[in-house]
Amino acid sequence: MSEEKTHIVPFKTQAFVLLALIILTGLSVAITQLEFGSYNTLAAMLLAGAKSLIVLAWFMHLKYEKKLFPIMVAGVLVIFLLVLFVTFFDYSYR
Amino acid sequence: MTLHRDDLGDKFGMWLFIFTELLLFGMLFIVYAVYRSMHPEAFRIAGEELDVVLGTVNTVLLLISSATVAMSITAIQKGNKKLSLQLLGITLLIAVIFLVNKYFEWGAKFEYGFYPGSETLHELGYGTILFFGLYFFMTGIHALHILIGIGLFIYVMFQMKNDKIHQTDYIWLENTGLYWHLVDLIWIFLFPLFYLIH
Repeated sequence: MSEEKTHIVPFKTQAFVLLALIILTGLSVAITQLEFGSYNTLAAMLLAGAKSLIVLAWFMHLKYEKKLFPIMVAGVLVIFLLVLFVTFFDYSYR
Repeated sequence: MTLHRDDLGDKFGMWLFIFTELLLFGMLFIVYAVYRSMHPEAFRIAGEELDVVLGTVNTVLLLISSATVAMSITAIQKGNKKLSLQLLGITLLIAVIFLVNKYFEWGAKFEYGFYPGSETLHELGYGTILFFGLYFFMTGIHALHILIGIGLFIYVMFQMKNDKIHQTDYIWLENTGLYWHLVDLIWIFLFPLFYLIH
């Protein structure tokens, strides 16, 4: 048994989180139908980033876990961004 | 004598697995980014072939199923086994509907001659071949994860029915939930990158 008291996320919170995610989805569909050129992709990625933060924090409980978990997730994100940067650095200067 | 249990360790292991998955898909997204930067026009035109409505429906379905699996954890924590099972049932149903939609979506693409190695793609050039190659590969691996998720949900529901998963021991449900949210998380990025290019 875990000694610590487990945190129970209320149904209401989860319903609100779902609502927020659906609104953000609608927003990203609407925004990409407009013609903003390359800003479309940027906007869609920012909205997807916001959605994934919400999923990670509430649905995946990172908000309520020990600090180690969000720190590790941030570490993985940093590794990903580094590889992305190095790859594009390589491709742009060939 | 009570069996040794380490819920935190179990969850830690699940997260390590999730990291390997994030990097697997992450690297595929990098491949996508490189090819798209090399063939921006072809990717834009090919992206318009995809069905935005079907993509949006599947996105909302996955979001709802993520919420229902999260709620089923709340239900079991409160000791409401029946509600927890019902919510898992809904999640399972949505997962199946997602795959059915995917079947029709892929089927329509095949009908129009868009499949890996097809004549139509060959005539449209490298950019289009790369776009559809990545589309089938990435949504295909994602669909495989959905299929595995369906298996996990069936297992968890049986275990809960037999009281192997209950109010004080639900780590299997929690880790299955984490897995399902990961599948949702990946789709959150697949959707705009493939369906919403303009």
